[in-house]
Amino acid sequence: MSAASPRTTPYLLTAPGVLFFAALLGFPMVMTFVLSLHSYDFNTGIQSDWTLANYADVLGDSYFHKIFSRTFGLGLLVTLICVLIGVPEAYVLSRLSSGWRSVFLLVVLGPLLISVVVRTLGWALFFGGNGILTMTAQALGFSDEPVSLMFTFAGMTIALVHVLVPFMVISVWASLQKIDPQSEDAGLSLGATKFTVLRRITLPQAMPGILSGSIIVFALTASAFATPAIIGGRRMKVVATAAYDEYLSTLNWPLGATIAVLLLLANIVIILSFNKIIERRYAKVFE
Amino acid sequence: MRRLGPVALIFHAVFVIFILAPLVMVIAVSFTDKGYLSLPTDGLSLRWFYAILDNPSFIDAFWMSVWLALISASIAVIIAIPAALAIARHKFPGRDFIAAFLLSPLMIPHLVLGVAFLQFYSQIGLGGSFYGLAAAHIVLVTPYALRLALSAATGLSIEAEQAALTLGANRFTVFRKITLPLILPGVAGGWLLSFITSFDELTMSVFVASPATQTLPVKMYNHITQTIDPLIASVSTVLIVLTFILMLILDRFYGLDKVFVGKG
Amino acid sequence: MSFLKFESLKKEFGDFVAVGDMSLDVERGEFISLLGPSGCGKTTTLQMVAGLLQPTSGKIMLDGKDITNTPPNKRGLGIVFQSYALFPHMTATENVAFGLEMRGVGKADRMARAHAALEQVRLAQFADRYPKDMSGGQRQRVALARALVIEPPVLLLDEPLSNLDAKLREEMRIELRLLQQDIGVTTILVTHDQEEALSMSDRIVVMQRGEVSQIAAPLDLYERPTNTFVSDFVGKTNLLNGHVSAPNTVSVNGTTIDVDTASADVGSQVTLSVRPEKLRLCDDTTGQKVRIDAAIFLGSSWLYRVTGELGELFITQPNTGSAGYSKGDMAHVSWPAGSLTLFEDAVS
Ligand SMILES: Nc1ncnc2c1ncn2[C@@H]1O[C@H](COP(=O)(O)OP(=O)(O)O)[C@@H](O)[C@H]1O
Ligand SMILES: [Mg+2]
Repeated sequence: MSAASPRTTPYLLTAPGVLFFAALLGFPMVMTFVLSLHSYDFNTGIQSDWTLANYADVLGDSYFHKIFSRTFGLGLLVTLICVLIGVPEAYVLSRLSSGWRSVFLLVVLGPLLISVVVRTLGWALFFGGNGILTMTAQALGFSDEPVSLMFTFAGMTIALVHVLVPFMVISVWASLQKIDPQSEDAGLSLGATKFTVLRRITLPQAMPGILSGSIIVFALTASAFATPAIIGGRRMKVVATAAYDEYLSTLNWPLGATIAVLLLLANIVIILSFNKIIERRYAKVFE
Repeated sequence: MRRLGPVALIFHAVFVIFILAPLVMVIAVSFTDKGYLSLPTDGLSLRWFYAILDNPSFIDAFWMSVWLALISASIAVIIAIPAALAIARHKFPGRDFIAAFLLSPLMIPHLVLGVAFLQFYSQIGLGGSFYGLAAAHIVLVTPYALRLALSAATGLSIEAEQAALTLGANRFTVFRKITLPLILPGVAGGWLLSFITSFDELTMSVFVASPATQTLPVKMYNHITQTIDPLIASVSTVLIVLTFILMLILDRFYGLDKVFVGKG
Repeated sequence: MSFLKFESLKKEFGDFVAVGDMSLDVERGEFISLLGPSGCGKTTTLQMVAGLLQPTSGKIMLDGKDITNTPPNKRGLGIVFQSYALFPHMTATENVAFGLEMRGVGKADRMARAHAALEQVRLAQFADRYPKDMSGGQRQRVALARALVIEPPVLLLDEPLSNLDAKLREEMRIELRLLQQDIGVTTILVTHDQEEALSMSDRIVVMQRGEVSQIAAPLDLYERPTNTFVSDFVGKTNLLNGHVSAPNTVSVNGTTIDVDTASADVGSQVTLSVRPEKLRLCDDTTGQKVRIDAAIFLGSSWLYRVTGELGELFITQPNTGSAGYSKGDMAHVSWPAGSLTLFEDAVS
């Protein structure tokens, strides 16, 4: 409010949040970064020296290379599958009559509100050695052995797609909502086939949603913990589960902190550069 | 409204089955009458639901999560309202920075938050305490509360408040009688989303919670890493049902798609 | 002693001067319009009166008291915002009663007074509706009732009719003016619509880029604008650029026109203004020969665009029931003595 509002007002209003965050977010984050610069000795614990050795360790160790590249590949694959199935689903949703649409929005988005642990458990029940998968395979005579996707890359991928695809749907859905339906009619009236309209008119307009959905899915896959921990376990470690083990099993906190810092950096770089692309390419046309 | 072709409808059906399958699986297994994991082929039984009652640690963890979510969502909203008004209404040096700072936990993987809090609390002696856990959850959910409060405050015209002011209301009255009621739907949606996010949070809490402050997701995760049994399925089923009820409330008052655009 | 007085009121936003040095005396009960194109500082001026913006310098006096530093909630002025700014979560009655509540009026009393105010704007049957369930015109009247119920010494109206459709807008002009005269409340109306200002005001303040261009009663303003901006903005006019070729003679495109050149020096550049309805088209040979470029029938009149030695001119002629000229016809244009106004400034 303009008239009598002194310059300090906005600072006073944001002060509770800023102070709270400075103490409980800024400080711990800085400490984690500092911790990653200390070395660790298995006998005497955390040292008070300053070193980049942990970074050299993580970046130079083929064990960590494998974990980082597995995580990155998982992120790409999950994102790709989410695009391939989430985009059409969002389109289908946008075309349903409004009654069915609200029902299926609830069905598709609702799982986001259900704990990841529960959703992953569902897949663990499918994938387990005595799970449905085995029973089905045996009943159909494909295999006498138990079929298990537990502790496999494929199992992790399927479960993560399930956990994250709603984010893709909602993101694309939001951008489809903004499309003027008459622009599609205009396309048809100009002689385009339905498929051409979809490809040339609808899809380009949905692109910002697809891209921002992709960032979300990729970033969340890259830092996912619960699903890889339950489905992938010790045998299929990803960055998050590896850091968890450094902290809670190996107790090498500085190394764990290093992995965390790298994960954070990668996350931020990917999100910001993706955002840049979206802004640069689409800001002019949309908004 | 153009009609969808059969291919689209079949795709849609398969997609919906894919989404619902694991949840249906969990629910089905929880009704088994066997002592081990199996589908209830020989009839439905509630024995694993009764078994929850014999495992007070799940019930304790449930209440721990409820408390934690209530407290963190409420405090997040209290932080978010004034901040949202300042950011939406005022132009001031540092505004973008402050907004980015308060939204930054959205960009930080929960694992990173978890390790940061673990180390921070162990150094200041708050390790394993409820307060520490609550503070961590407040940091985690404030961005959600802030986002919805921001979109409510941004859509709010300043003129209604100016009108109230010229009609003789003082600033506090303007806030209480005009501003707050007008942003209330956004604030309530933000509260609920914060509540659910806090209630479901696992990755960060795994690092911060102690056995005494075990939340339900942490308890369930720890249980699953030891054994997957029908008990965990029945606990999950209860959670699914409770979430479903919350979801209907959220959809009724706010529109689920709006909430998730905020979440994504 | 005037009732409301601006003394060298000025408002700057950074380097930008939104309102520069505005002085005005408003009499008790007077209806004043601030008229000007969008962005000329009308709302800024009104908000300074309301106390929603603090002037950079200058003073505002109300009934002999300096209110420049009085906060808006202590001024007690009634304001109707362009968007109406109704409280969406309150019914019409609750909206109207709000100001009374702030004044500590008891519930029964304020409900009764709110109802009376709604009746005054003919909305009694909509008392329990929420703003979203009302039409634009109804919302506008709720906003008016809300501003008037507190019996303000001054009523401030910021483009109150601009969101209404044309027919309703014309009805509301009359209604609003009658209501204002009835109550006798001193009123400042902000508008960019010259017809609105002409039809409702006692006096009009024409503003241009934050400056006052002219202050006059509607008829004076229309008939005797003091500069090209006002003559062009208020009503429609033809502006002709020329120079004074001899005393009381102006040359436009080589054609000489007799006009009172008053104080303008021979040789100086001047602008002539002539209203379209002051020009006459006829078939005889008096006046300038022109060709009809376009002929548009407007119901009560014809609008012609013609070209001749003076250049392009717009002419309106009353509809007398017979067919007018059509495109391509030749005719002669003339004007009665005294219908040209001369300005010594150039067209802006
Ligand atoms: N808060 C502000 N900050 C900067 N410039 C402003 C502000 N408010 C208004 N202005 C500028 O002042 C000028 C006058 O605005 P206003 O009084 O709203 O015009 P109008 O005559 O259309 O009501 C405009 O050019 C506008 O851009
Ligand atoms: Mg204005």
